[in-house]
Amino acid sequence: MPYADLDLKAGREHGTVWVNLPNSNFDPVKGHRLYNRYLDELEHGEELGFDAIAVNEHHQTAYGLMPSPIVTASALARRTSRAKIAILGSALPLREHPLMVAEEHAMIDVISGGRLISGFVRGIGAEYHTFGVNPTFSHDRFHEAHDLIVRAWTEPGPFAFQGRHYNVQYVNLWPRPYQKPHPPIWIPSQGSKETIDWAAHPDRRYTYLQTFSPASVVQRYLKMYRDTCEGFGYEAEDSQLGWAVPVYVAASDEAAQAEAKPHFEAFRNVFLKMPVEMLLPPGYTSRESLKNVMKAKAAIFGDITLEKSIELGLIICGSPATARQALASYWQAMRFGNLLVLCQFGTLPADLTRRNMELFAREVMPAVKQLTSSDKPRSSDGHASR
Amino acid sequence: MAFSQRFIEVDGCRINLRRGGSGEPLLYLHGANGAPAVLPFMEKLAQRFDVLVPEHPGFGASDEPEWLENMHDLAYFYLDVLKSLELRGVHLVGSSLGGWLALEMAVRDASRLKSLVLVGPAGISVPGVSPGDVFLWSPDELARNLFFDPALAEKMIAQPMTPELLDVSLKNRHTVARLGWEPRMHDPFLRKWLHRVSVPVKIVWGEADKILPVAYAGEFKRLMPGAEIEIIPRCGHLPQTERPEEFCDIVTRFTGMG
Repeated sequence: MPYADLDLKAGREHGTVWVNLPNSNFDPVKGHRLYNRYLDELEHGEELGFDAIAVNEHHQTAYGLMPSPIVTASALARRTSRAKIAILGSALPLREHPLMVAEEHAMIDVISGGRLISGFVRGIGAEYHTFGVNPTFSHDRFHEAHDLIVRAWTEPGPFAFQGRHYNVQYVNLWPRPYQKPHPPIWIPSQGSKETIDWAAHPDRRYTYLQTFSPASVVQRYLKMYRDTCEGFGYEAEDSQLGWAVPVYVAASDEAAQAEAKPHFEAFRNVFLKMPVEMLLPPGYTSRESLKNVMKAKAAIFGDITLEKSIELGLIICGSPATARQALASYWQAMRFGNLLVLCQFGTLPADLTRRNMELFAREVMPAVKQLTSSDKPRSSDGHASR
Repeated sequence: MAFSQRFIEVDGCRINLRRGGSGEPLLYLHGANGAPAVLPFMEKLAQRFDVLVPEHPGFGASDEPEWLENMHDLAYFYLDVLKSLELRGVHLVGSSLGGWLALEMAVRDASRLKSLVLVGPAGISVPGVSPGDVFLWSPDELARNLFFDPALAEKMIAQPMTPELLDVSLKNRHTVARLGWEPRMHDPFLRKWLHRVSVPVKIVWGEADKILPVAYAGEFKRLMPGAEIEIIPRCGHLPQTERPEEFCDIVTRFTGMG
C-alpha cells in the first residue's frame, strides 16, 4: 500500500523512503484518496474470485501506508463476506504487548466468522530504527510473543504467563478466536534457516510464505522448508508453502512491460531502497547472514530494471499466456500451495491496477487453480510484500 | 613500554587483557570500537601507571556470555574483575561507552577506586540534545564523525577490511547494540545515583564531538558538581587518540602523578 503520490525525485535524492524521509512529503488529502482507492481494490478482489485478501504492516515509510494492518483488515472484515483476510503479518517484537495482537486478531476472526489468516513477522530492520526496539532481542521477543498469543488463544483463562520480556498475571482473552484451535498462522519471510526450522517444526507446521525474492531464491527456501519437514519426520503439504510475487498482465508481453516498467522500477529502485545499516541492524540477523548480504551488496542494493527482474523472477509480467506459462513452470519447480499476487506495486495507478486484477482473475487464476486437482493452490490478492 | 597479553576468566567469562607499565593501577575501559591494539596513549600512560586494557565481554577476542544483557551486567562483571585481580586504588579511565560503564561501576561500589577519568562518556541523556546515530551511519560516515582532523578519518577509512577485522567489528557492533540500542546509549536511572560516586572525577570532552555533543559535559557538571571538566578545542570524540599528549598530561596531572 505505497504512497503512490510520492515525489519520486525527493525519494531518490534522500536515498531511502524509510525511517527519516521527512513526513512533510505526505499529503493527507492525497492519502485520503489513496486509502479509499486501495481499500476499494482489495474489496474488488473478493468480487473477482480471489480466495484471500492480504494486508501487511510497515512503519514510518512511503513504501507502505499500513502501520496497522489491523485497521485495514477490520474494514475488510465488514465489507467482504467470503474471502479470507490475511494479515501478513503483525510485527510481534515491535508491539509493547503481544496480548493486544491476540485480542485484535481474535476480534477480526470473530467479526468475520472465522475468515482470518494470522501472519506473524518480526518487522524489517528499518523498523527497529524507527521504534527503538532492541534488534538483538528481536528473535527472543518474537518467540515469546508468539507463545503468549497462541496460549492466550487456546488455553482456558485466566492463567499466568511468565517470560523474559512479557509477564502477565491474568491471561484471559475476551473474545476467544472463532476458528478452532485458532486462526491459521502464516510466517512471511525473506528467507532464513532459523525461521524455517521454527515454522516447519511438527508442533507448528506454519505456512511459510517467501516474499519478494528472485525465483531461484524462493525455490531454494521452499525446498529447504520441505527438507526440514522431512528431517522432522513428516512430509510437507503444498499448503504449507507460499510465494508472494508482483504480477502484471496486459494484452501482450510488450504492452505489459511498457505499462509496468516505470511503476515497478519505482517500487524496486525507490520504495524498497535503503542502506544496509538501515536494513540489517545488529542482531536482526545472524552475523553470518549479514556477511552474506554485505558480499552480495551490489546485487541487493543496486538499481535493477524491469527486464532483469522478469528474468530473475522478481515479477511475473506479460500476456496472460506468458503469465500462465511462467506460473506453471515455477509451480512445477516449487509446488507452492499458496500464491500471493501483488497486483499493485510502486506507483501503479488505479486504472492499470484494476485492469491487471481483472485480467489476472479471468485469464490466469483459473489455470493456476487447476495446476493440481489434489492440492488446490489458493490465490490471494494483496497490497503486501516484505 | 611492552604490554603483556593474556586471557583471564571471571564469572565464567574469558576476556582478553593487555597490561603494561608500573605504578598505581589504571584500568582503561574502551568504547564502542573496542580496544584491538595498544595505542600510543596507552604506551605513554604505562610510563607512570600499571595500565590494564581489557576487551569487554562481547568485544574483540573476549567471550560473548549469555548473561550479558545490559550495562548493569557489565558493571557487576568489572567489579568482580577488580576483586579477582586484587586491584585497589584503581584509576578508572573510560571512553564513551566505557565512561558510562565506569559510572555504573562507581555508583555501585567505589571501594576499590581512586579516581575516574571520563572521556566523552555516554550514560545520560540531555534534554534537547541529539547524539549522533552510530547505528545508522555507514562505516565511512562514522569515521568522519569520530574525529575533528579529517586526515585521521581518512586513515581509518583507508584501512583494509580483512575477514578477521570484519568479524570483530560485527561482534563489537552487536554488543554495543545489546547494551545501548534502547534507551540509546544511556541508562535513565543512572542520573539519580551519580551522587554516590565518591572519588574525584575528571571529565574530558572534545569540543567538536559529533557523537556525543559537548553540551553533555554541562549536564554532567550539573549532576556531579564536584567533577572537573576539561574541554579540548579542535578535537572530536576520542581525545586519547586525536590528542594523546594533551590527554595523558590531563590524566597524570589529575591523578597527581605528573
